[in-house]
Amino acid sequence: MKLKLHVWRQKDRDSEGQMVSYDANHVSPDMSFLEMLDVVNQELVERGEEPIHFDHDCREGICGMCSLVINGSPHGPEKSTTTCQLHMRKFNDGDEIYIEPWRAKAFPVIKDLMVDRSALDRIIQEGGYISVNTGNAPDAHAIPIGKPIADEAFEAAACIGCGACIASCKNASAMLFVSAKVAQLAMLPQGQAERKTRVQNMVNQMDEEGFGSCTNQSECEAVCPKEINVKYIAEMNKEYRKASLG
Amino acid sequence: MKLESKVPSGDVAQKWDKHRFEMKLVNPANKRKFRVIVVGSGLAGASATATMAELGYDIDCFCYQDSPRRAHSIAAQGGINAAKNYQNDGDSVYRLFYDTVKGGDFRSREANVYRLAQVSTNIIDQCVAQGVPFAREYGGYLANRSFGGALVSRTFYARGQTGQQLLLGAYGALSRQIKAGKVNMHTRYEMMDLVLVDGHAKGIIARNLLTGEITRHVADAVVLATGGYGNVFYLSTNAMGCNVTAAYRAYKRGAGFANPCYTQIHPTCIPVSGDHQSKLTLMSESLRNDGRVWVPKMAGDERRPRDIPEDERDYYLERRYPSFGNLVPRDVASRAAKLECDAGRGVGPGGRGVFLDFRDSINRLGQQAVSERYGNLFDMYERITDDNPYETPMRIYPAVHYTMGGLWVDYNLMSNVPGLHVVGEANFSDHGANRLGASALMQGLADGYFVLPYTIGQYFASHNQVDISTDHQAFRDAEAETRERVNKYLSINGKRSVDSFHRELGKIMWENCGMARNAEGMQKAIDEIPALREEFHENVKVTGTGDNINMELEKAGRVADFLEFGELFARDGINREESCGGHFREEYQTEEGEAVRNDEDFCHAAVWEFQGLDKVPLRHKEELEFENVKLATRSYK
Repeated sequence: MKLKLHVWRQKDRDSEGQMVSYDANHVSPDMSFLEMLDVVNQELVERGEEPIHFDHDCREGICGMCSLVINGSPHGPEKSTTTCQLHMRKFNDGDEIYIEPWRAKAFPVIKDLMVDRSALDRIIQEGGYISVNTGNAPDAHAIPIGKPIADEAFEAAACIGCGACIASCKNASAMLFVSAKVAQLAMLPQGQAERKTRVQNMVNQMDEEGFGSCTNQSECEAVCPKEINVKYIAEMNKEYRKASLG
Repeated sequence: MKLESKVPSGDVAQKWDKHRFEMKLVNPANKRKFRVIVVGSGLAGASATATMAELGYDIDCFCYQDSPRRAHSIAAQGGINAAKNYQNDGDSVYRLFYDTVKGGDFRSREANVYRLAQVSTNIIDQCVAQGVPFAREYGGYLANRSFGGALVSRTFYARGQTGQQLLLGAYGALSRQIKAGKVNMHTRYEMMDLVLVDGHAKGIIARNLLTGEITRHVADAVVLATGGYGNVFYLSTNAMGCNVTAAYRAYKRGAGFANPCYTQIHPTCIPVSGDHQSKLTLMSESLRNDGRVWVPKMAGDERRPRDIPEDERDYYLERRYPSFGNLVPRDVASRAAKLECDAGRGVGPGGRGVFLDFRDSINRLGQQAVSERYGNLFDMYERITDDNPYETPMRIYPAVHYTMGGLWVDYNLMSNVPGLHVVGEANFSDHGANRLGASALMQGLADGYFVLPYTIGQYFASHNQVDISTDHQAFRDAEAETRERVNKYLSINGKRSVDSFHRELGKIMWENCGMARNAEGMQKAIDEIPALREEFHENVKVTGTGDNINMELEKAGRVADFLEFGELFARDGINREESCGGHFREEYQTEEGEAVRNDEDFCHAAVWEFQGLDKVPLRHKEELEFENVKLATRSYK
């Protein structure tokens, strides 16, 4: 396959960026999207040019490090798939592909396609956990949890923190990310003690970081590689209201 | 090099209790006066950091990723073992201990393994309290499954994403301590060197990957939780960034490197599809619970798998190992797959693959039930290969997955360098020559939550604290050396990319030090690697500059260390003249192709001491004593 790539290049946080075009002439349908970029980068390095920088690590769709807006869609065209698991057989010979970084006020571009997502860590630090010191725990069977609740908590906990939900949202809202953690812990018996302060503190931090509000368009759910359900946003709003009323 | 295991005396079941009582304690009010550096934020690093911070120590934690939540522990799929005996099927601490020692082919340290089995139950309690959503039965109690190499159901799991859920639990605990101001988290930093002052580990030199700044960090102790070195093979199931640099730099500063040749080749991975391949993807071992492994009886059979009738299929694991069948340990399953492929019965492009077939399970349980158990894995397989495993068997082949070798540690998880502690996959202690499934998560969390936080206090309480600042000459020297190294990579300006060297090294390693090894091949690796290394230092091309994020420069440093480490790996392999666990020497096997161990001469951990790059390192031994589990030939027949 031969492809034409248009890629966002930006030297660093303070520089202005621009789209630059590249030919990708040696693409196999069995390559992952990132392997396709590896091949392009290899050619750039051999020519003495700086390769296209992008975040990636596990390449198994679970670490949440890879990103990329591909033809306008975070993680590209395939549903429930991270960029690293997207394969070139989903494209056609001769395609033009536009590759951009996550765009959000709270995610400044660091270089090319890499962005700073530390805002998400700071939101979790405000209460995205259960406060239990090591050694405090009772026997695991002391806390029975019905299978439907355990399964539902797992669904919410499956979030990989990639930020695609934010990149897809016209308001750059982080509601899906935050609500998944709030919902997971609110439905478990272990999470009850801090239920009210957790949602308040996490939402406050989310606002402070400059993420926008939710206007119920569900773009986030559509692009989420782990299919996190937007119903958690409603759950979080409910949690927040209950917490605010006392 | 002094190798004192410091294993307490007495009955194995009492050792840890006794040791905890005998260890000196640090006054709670004094704990905040001690600072610890933890490198790595995976299961071992995050759990150790959080727990030590809870106890009152101040911690600096480093990771190369953009967030501690991304460490590669997150990719572990299958589960975590614990001797809870919730299934009432005969499990016990002793049985988990026994299975782990036997599974490790009698090359681990008994006392460490027993402690691991003991604290395994606390780990499950802790993770449940953190809100980790383990699989449950309808009554609300925890579900278990059996996992490769075990005849009891002791594996706790969260679908196929157990590592993710456990890591997010530890990440939560870590985040709480960051918020509390007890942990200073340094993301996108890489450790470049270890700093020793008067023989004690007192800090590290790091590089800020965003700005290129080279920074000095001082502490009262250093903990490495930097994972394994499987990427020396270039292709492995490790994340792209996994590397040996931190451990190797510690080795060059005097820490002993134990059993570097012990590598786990995981039997169920997706085969290589072409030269562009950047990494390999694991399909959880849990699939072997319901999938049957087979190859066509006829070599070169190109019929579609569904068209091959039952009597022309060879379910070779069930045939060769009737009692364990498809559930034999990983090393045994991997070697058996290689044997079939070497004999020309492999399937798929290049003939490097065997079938993992779910037809019978789907017929017996229904597609719905199979999908509930493995749906996410089947989807992942289809995304990568374009084949639907509900309709046609998966094709799998072994791949490098885990490294049992690592820095040598004593019972306190401290290396021979005082103050330098090593936890998780980065140390060598618990898995011997082969790790059982669902034991990596157990060991990482055992070390981090329940062992190191106690034993590090022993180090603090028994050594006088000295006041050292980063102005100390040792820091200046180490920084200058790092700076010189980094500038050198940038100035070589040769013709070959970093990746091309890494691929070539990987090929040498896989062909000569992979699943089956012999003296001739490993000697070839020892001869070829220095030449490749020399070429690297003359002809590598690193683009960009040192004052900005530069992924080529990052890779150059890691590959440079792999190019030295690979040689040590081969040297260890050639010196271990026996087959044990993942280390299979072709010269030492039975007529049926089973491994032959040599307990007379090799019942020890080999610990290497650096002597300078041009010199052969010294090989020391820690003799292993088996007082409880009797040395025996492993049999899964």
